[in-house]
Amino acid sequence: MRGIGAIVSALLLVSASAGEIPQQQRRSGYSFMAPDTKAMQDDDTSNPGMLWVLDGEALWNKPIGTANKACADCHGGAKASMKGVAARYPAFDKSLARPVDLEQRINLCRTAQQQAPALDYESHDLLALTAFIAHQSRGMPIAPASDPQLEPFLARGRALFMQRQGQLNLACANCHDDNWDKHLAGSAITQGQPTGYPMYRLEWQTLGSLSRRLRGCMTGIRAQAFSYGAPELVELELYLMSRAGGMPVETPAVRP
Amino acid sequence: MASRLHPLLLLAIALAPALGATAKAEALAPFTVIGDGIPDSLTGKAGDAAHGRALVLDRASTCILCHSGPFPEIRFQGDLAPNLAGAGNRWSVSQLRLRLVDASRLNPVTIMPSYYRLEGLVRVGQGWRDKPILSAEQIEDIVAYLATLRD
Repeated sequence: MRGIGAIVSALLLVSASAGEIPQQQRRSGYSFMAPDTKAMQDDDTSNPGMLWVLDGEALWNKPIGTANKACADCHGGAKASMKGVAARYPAFDKSLARPVDLEQRINLCRTAQQQAPALDYESHDLLALTAFIAHQSRGMPIAPASDPQLEPFLARGRALFMQRQGQLNLACANCHDDNWDKHLAGSAITQGQPTGYPMYRLEWQTLGSLSRRLRGCMTGIRAQAFSYGAPELVELELYLMSRAGGMPVETPAVRP
Repeated sequence: MASRLHPLLLLAIALAPALGATAKAEALAPFTVIGDGIPDSLTGKAGDAAHGRALVLDRASTCILCHSGPFPEIRFQGDLAPNLAGAGNRWSVSQLRLRLVDASRLNPVTIMPSYYRLEGLVRVGQGWRDKPILSAEQIEDIVAYLATLRD
């Protein structure tokens, strides 16, 4: 009996280590950082991401486009209207019949409501508006929408996370589910939890989106990165947010 | 200028990129797996161990991203995979060669990339398509170096 028990617990251990991360073991990238990087994020006067948040606030109140409308003209004060919004994105968009991330939602609002041109991915203004909106959810738990329409997209995102790809033939899960307690050269691998986007990355010397980070990882495994705005990137983002469900939003996070 | 070129030459120039890609895709040296190793050198020659050491320490070869080893001059080494110290005791040259060429033949769920394999890969980036991670010469140099790592 003892022998069987040992085999069963050994099998359970194997499946736990090679599977998704249990809720109580989920860790933000923050917890892997050196104390001085943590301090940079914690203090709003030293967190460089706050510069984008401030610019985003100005953009929120600025009338633009043929409609000459500001975000605030429809949504009012972001403190109330945008609270918790980033925590449940990407969300399903009825007109496109697929999920959109926060950046895409902002651009849909610009083109349809404000009648202004869409902002480029990773442009200062798009990052600023996204950071400002996501900042309104800081401290709130990531709460993915339980929208049945999202399910097929979520399933595709999960499949992408598990799929080996690139010349190095690695899946996201090989590192971020199975080896997040280890180091790639000197760097902590982390769990890849998307808790603080857009975030200020010291390596970038600027703010960047989750899409940018995912594209960087894909290039790292020598895969052909999905283009900005590609449905596959949004599906991956959707899976990552559901995987991080319950973790607090940190935007704007600081990372090495 | 172009009009003076022979039509067949023009055709050859037009086809060159496609032919080049095919040639690259078929550029892998043939090898034979026997048991859990590849006994014969991919190049027919012994590798250069000193060059192999330099390759192992070069991040572009990717070895030290995951492995550590007896490399006191390298500050950051990975801990995803076994320390390479003593690799020459643990494995024969033949076994080392197969582990570099295609470790997935020994363990289908290994995270070690197959350094000399082109098929069965998904969404390979444009700059890396149809090329093995390491050339036959590089693999032989690294094998020669790893064989010297004896406790």
